[in-house]
Amino acid sequence: MKQTEEEIIHIKQAVAEMWQLVESQIHKSHQALLKYDTMVAHEVQSREKSVDSYELYIDRACENFIALFNPVAIDLRFVLSLMKINNNVERLGDFADGIAHYVITRQQPPFSDELLKALKLEQMFREVETMFALCKRALTTEDTAVAAEVFGHDHLVDEIHANAIPVLAAYCREHPEYTEECFALFGAIRRIERMGDRCNNIAEDIIFYVDAKEIRHTGK
Amino acid sequence: MTTPSNMCITSRNVNFYYGNFHALKNIDMDIAPNTVTALIGPSGCGKSTYLRLFNRMNDLIDGARLTGEILINGRNIYDARIDVDELRKNVGMVFQKPNPFPKSIFENVAYGLRVNGVKDKKTIEQRVEESLKGAALWDEVKDKLKKSAFELSGGQQQRLCIARALAISPSVLLMDEPASALDPISTLKVEELIYELKKDYTIVIVTHNMQQAGRISDKTAFFYLGELVEYDDTKKMFLNPAKPATQNYITGRFG
Repeated sequence: MKQTEEEIIHIKQAVAEMWQLVESQIHKSHQALLKYDTMVAHEVQSREKSVDSYELYIDRACENFIALFNPVAIDLRFVLSLMKINNNVERLGDFADGIAHYVITRQQPPFSDELLKALKLEQMFREVETMFALCKRALTTEDTAVAAEVFGHDHLVDEIHANAIPVLAAYCREHPEYTEECFALFGAIRRIERMGDRCNNIAEDIIFYVDAKEIRHTGK
Repeated sequence: MTTPSNMCITSRNVNFYYGNFHALKNIDMDIAPNTVTALIGPSGCGKSTYLRLFNRMNDLIDGARLTGEILINGRNIYDARIDVDELRKNVGMVFQKPNPFPKSIFENVAYGLRVNGVKDKKTIEQRVEESLKGAALWDEVKDKLKKSAFELSGGQQQRLCIARALAISPSVLLMDEPASALDPISTLKVEELIYELKKDYTIVIVTHNMQQAGRISDKTAFFYLGELVEYDDTKKMFLNPAKPATQNYITGRFG
């Protein structure tokens, strides 16, 4: 095996480990939010530093790869994409951490199950988890058709996010005393929506890496 | 868009043989004026053979045979009426290893002019100075023009050879791995020089150094087993080559 290929495999291994960790962080922030489970939220927070460490490690590995191997063609697209993907994955970890922080600071907000159902948080989180899993599969298998599936899921996430505004506004009108709680909850919902956006970015970068197609800002 | 009629070099269905060995196969390629074109490919792929067709260097090889046509500035250079000496005045060449003549720095550059019958001392002096300036060597040698060319460093000798090629005012410069025997600083100087020279000349360069091809050329042609596999803008070739063989070669996964 060529030295370049060995180096790429080494970087991909680190990426796989980081993605597994972030996948778990997203899932646990999901559990923490839906049940307002502070134990799980603390778990998420305790592992945030590991996500950051992986980000730095992979960035260094990419920098070294560029400096020492002068990559071109698919190798160059790999490393350029990976540096951006790495940043997006780290931000996904940050959003999970932010949701965990919300759960810990708010503890037991006075929201009814009906409200949480109307906000479709469970579905929103499931969509994001599906998107991240698709990204992971697309990168591992270098399959851009799988990456392209991500975009449809993001539209759903955006719709749920947009729908949350009138639902929460109506709740505030009925319960003006919980306005502050509603704002805090909306902050968490916004983070889930941003997770979707980051998965979208990752899918775009995978398509650039594999097919050399630039689809950012094209409306796909 | 540039049309074939205003191309500097045009190859049409070029096949070249060393005896029974088919060294170049059906090469079609247009090279625009004032560009740098890099020819890349593994050893024995035909890239140097192809380069040497442009000033008919291969004519001297026994059993060498060409079919198809190569036009430089619209003229078929393999036409029977072509004066090969005239052709070589128009198509200069720089080789892998600097090969100055065992003469002074001045006489190395003046050589081509004298051979071509230029006798006027002032004209020769002026042309030598212009050529040394063109090759970015003047400032380093202007006070020792009478010294032997062998006293120069390898990098300076190579720029002297470039000056020697420029002295007879060619329109095309062929370079066969011109920096492969040079240290990184001399290489950089030669590369900067190539970048400057393309304003006035059309340059075709054979290189094994992928990064060098990326840095200095506008277009890159990848040869393999005598075939032109891919020829495109250098940026495209190094970011997204169309052919898997090109990708395997430039990423070092070849073979």
